[in-house]
Amino acid sequence: MKRSERFIANSIKIAGSSSILFILLIFFFLVKEGLPALGEVSFKNLFSLRWYPIEELFGILPLISGSLVVTLTSILIALPLGVGTAIYIGEIAPKKIKEILKPTVEIMAGIPSVVLGFIGIQALSPFLRTFLNLPTGLTALSGAILLALIAIPSIVSIAEDALYAVPNSYRDASYALGATQWQTIWGVVMPSARSGLMTAVMLGIGRSLGETMAVMMVTGNAATSFAGLKSIIMPVRTMTATIASEMGEVASSSVHYHVLFFIGIILFIFSLIINISSSSLQGKTKQEKGQVVS
Amino acid sequence: MKRWALLFITIGVFLTAACSSGTEAASAQGSSDYIENKGSDTLVNLALAWAERYQVEHPEIQISVTGGGSGTGFTALINGTIDIANASREIKDLEIEQAESAGFEPVEFTVANDAIAVIVNPENPVSELTLEQVARIYKGEINNWSELGGEDRPIVRLSRESNSGTHVYFLEEVIRLGDDEDTSIFSADTLLLPSSEGIIAEVRDNSNAIGYDGLGYVTEEVKMIALASFENGEYILPSAETVSNGQYPISRGLYMYTRGEPQGAIKDYIDWILSAEAQAIVTDLGFVPIME
Repeated sequence: MKRSERFIANSIKIAGSSSILFILLIFFFLVKEGLPALGEVSFKNLFSLRWYPIEELFGILPLISGSLVVTLTSILIALPLGVGTAIYIGEIAPKKIKEILKPTVEIMAGIPSVVLGFIGIQALSPFLRTFLNLPTGLTALSGAILLALIAIPSIVSIAEDALYAVPNSYRDASYALGATQWQTIWGVVMPSARSGLMTAVMLGIGRSLGETMAVMMVTGNAATSFAGLKSIIMPVRTMTATIASEMGEVASSSVHYHVLFFIGIILFIFSLIINISSSSLQGKTKQEKGQVVS
Repeated sequence: MKRWALLFITIGVFLTAACSSGTEAASAQGSSDYIENKGSDTLVNLALAWAERYQVEHPEIQISVTGGGSGTGFTALINGTIDIANASREIKDLEIEQAESAGFEPVEFTVANDAIAVIVNPENPVSELTLEQVARIYKGEINNWSELGGEDRPIVRLSRESNSGTHVYFLEEVIRLGDDEDTSIFSADTLLLPSSEGIIAEVRDNSNAIGYDGLGYVTEEVKMIALASFENGEYILPSAETVSNGQYPISRGLYMYTRGEPQGAIKDYIDWILSAEAQAIVTDLGFVPIME
């Protein structure tokens, strides 16, 4: 028994540290395959506004702005809906409704993104085209709405955990002071759960930024340059869709191949920033909470 | 203790299962009655129809057909993961070099002909265009249907992704009108859709849209444009007849490529594809059979 226990303990240890190893391996692989792009493509070409790789035009700015437009718009949609749902489930809903709502949101998380993309092509984009009178419904907005649907379940479950972690004594104290339910939620529960709510948002952003399939199907994939707010209702091409649709055709070690990996590095850096800022936010509140208790 | 034993047995069973399935796949490939066929999305339906019919007559042969684009097919052929690459464009010099450094000479077979149909929504009154007008639309020089005698609507340009042979063909033969010196490219706001079905769906629903696709993919729900090579030329609708007699201006060969001269089962399959029986299927799917 002793021996098997040691075996299990070691296996778990290896499993636990393996993710660090994987991250490092992935990072080195990305750098090895992506950095040569900086030597092969002139700086002017790489940061130009035209992406057309079969003619050696490797301007990645439209792809970056495309990803940012889609992601930020999706968060603007998903944040109120997601946090609102979490507040309703966690604070307001009667037990029966809660028992229906929670699994429903979890089912939503399980819908494959390609299915959402299909619905997006067949229903959402024609609707947006006629409703907003756009030239085409295959726009950043269609992608953002689908991404919001994908991000909402993760936002809801993390935000709900954050609300659940707020001690009941806070609520009781607030009610004892004569606050209404809304005042308690807005003035006490949400500020106490702030860091958890921020984490939920950050993870939602990460989820949106990395999503590929649904976005590729409905955003039109035209590498248009950033045009301010108008970009939201224009076709855009995201970084993930570019990698997904072009990786299959490139000859390995060609310039195009290296540039695609360079885009991968940029995506990696973006999600790193998101993850670091969400965990630093978490750390901060833990300290704050510690002070409150002491 | 019993539980641990059970765990190890389960892991053991999985491992053996994994190993044995690996060797099975390897032996199937070795005896070469398993043919992997991949590439052009234009050709995929036709290749599937051929594979299905052929397997009925030759149940000992297994043929798997996947799409992904002509470029994807060539890459897979060069990497040695498939036996036959489907392509809607000829192999590029760079790809031939890569094949040679991988140790084989790609051999080309023209298996069918295809017309590229330019399509619009049935509600769009425009039904005739010259090749030059189509080129100017896709270059971004014409942006409203009213400039072409249509309604006052913006033009939404649709194209396949750049890994598609159809995309490259359209770029060279329509946008550049076959001129090697011309370096014009698609307008940046051209929507690049990942599939032929995506283009048909958007053209069907959107009366602003213009798209192009292989004749075999065009459905009744969209309207084909009659094209003329010159301004005062005759406007011709694509059909098996106008492609065969060379009247329709944008048609091309569809190809299969093998790793060196095909042998054994692969050779038999290609020979069958070039036979009259297989070429009859070509007509059924809306493509144009090769001339005898």
